[in-house]
Amino acid sequence: MAYLKKSPWIIHYDASSCNGCDIEILACLTPMYDVERFGIVNTGNPKHADIFVVTGTVNEQNREIILNIYNQMPNPKAVVAVGICATSAGVFRECYNVAGGIDMLIPVDVYVPGCAARPESIIDGIVTAWGILEEKRKTMNTAPAAADAAAEPGPVVQEPAGGAQ
Amino acid sequence: MISIVWAIVFILLAPVAGGLVAGIDRRITARMQGRYGPPILQPFYDVGKLFEKEHIVVNETQIFYVICYFIFMVFTGALFFSGADLLLTIFSLTLAQIFLVLGAYVTYSPYSHIGAERELIQIMAYEPMVILAAVGMFVVTKSFNVSDIASSTIPVVLFIPGIFLGFLYVLTIKLRKSPFDISTSHHAHQEIVKGITTEFSGPSLGLIEVAHWYETIFLLGFVYLFFGFNPVLAIIAITVVYLLEILIDNTNARVKWQLALKSSWAIAATFGVVNLGVLYLTGV
Repeated sequence: MAYLKKSPWIIHYDASSCNGCDIEILACLTPMYDVERFGIVNTGNPKHADIFVVTGTVNEQNREIILNIYNQMPNPKAVVAVGICATSAGVFRECYNVAGGIDMLIPVDVYVPGCAARPESIIDGIVTAWGILEEKRKTMNTAPAAADAAAEPGPVVQEPAGGAQ
Repeated sequence: MISIVWAIVFILLAPVAGGLVAGIDRRITARMQGRYGPPILQPFYDVGKLFEKEHIVVNETQIFYVICYFIFMVFTGALFFSGADLLLTIFSLTLAQIFLVLGAYVTYSPYSHIGAERELIQIMAYEPMVILAAVGMFVVTKSFNVSDIASSTIPVVLFIPGIFLGFLYVLTIKLRKSPFDISTSHHAHQEIVKGITTEFSGPSLGLIEVAHWYETIFLLGFVYLFFGFNPVLAIIAITVVYLLEILIDNTNARVKWQLALKSSWAIAATFGVVNLGVLYLTGV
């Protein structure tokens, strides 16, 4: 049964975002948009979460934290990068203290661009992630080894843009 | 023979009823907050999902403790609904809760530990009042057996109104509702992450959820005992009590553990003990 579609629990992490996208994510939980009607619950705990909603860019200080949260989430799991910073680092791409978008560190399943991303597009991104979760569950059951390999974030070899000087 | 049938009916139907109660609870909560709310069957979807997830285990022992928690919670309710001794039921309930605390302690997570400590404080807070409720029922009906109390024609609640109010106070703790959701809460991310259930994921968490449904039905059954003389009135009372709990949940902020403990004991010492004293003096 596809229960994952009916009960996607999210964990939200602000990776040095300006708070614009984060306010929009929290707006989704308010009576105006009320994502709980889809069964979406904002858990504060990676071990209970199915979808990792992350805003902002990767830098040297949050690299460990993003990886830690991602690795603590049980399979199947999906990552939704919210906002242009999380998608590609946006205007901060060339900054000396910015390594890049979230996908340079962990595999991102859904990109939600925008500055800030609107609540409607964030909800759309999370709804897209349900289908990906369901596909991952099927592969997890048929080939657990393959799913484990796919779930590994892989070694991070990419250097921060602009170098370490 | 009848008692075994009741126990089996409880074991089979309590998860269904408990899940529905949780679903209706979430819908009413949403409406109180001006939201539309999830489907009534949402708790079943959640648990179904949890059993589909990968089982991440920090320490193998925690699975053992969670299964013990589940078994003893089912056992508690089955004892209660088979009409057994009320005191034995309460001890079994405490044992179940202690297994959950142990399960949280075997992991080395600070959030899990703080949740476990607060759970112990909650047990200390509600236990005196629950024991007093059993004693009060014994004084009135001259029996500790649930079957005798439930079938008693004496209007129990009229003799122990203070104990009933005190029991309602600790019921908020047992149902994990604000202002006493201190050991685990859906809304305490910054404070305790998820408290006692932080380190449980996937099927373990699903089992804890189902055990909580059993517990809810057992507790609502306990409310029934106060109104056993009139089953229709009892059903109405249970509904009103649960709606009141939802209202309290939505209108109160989480308190510190000190206040939860002190106020519960104060209520037990005043409402409970005074009520028992009056029964003793009037020679009931």
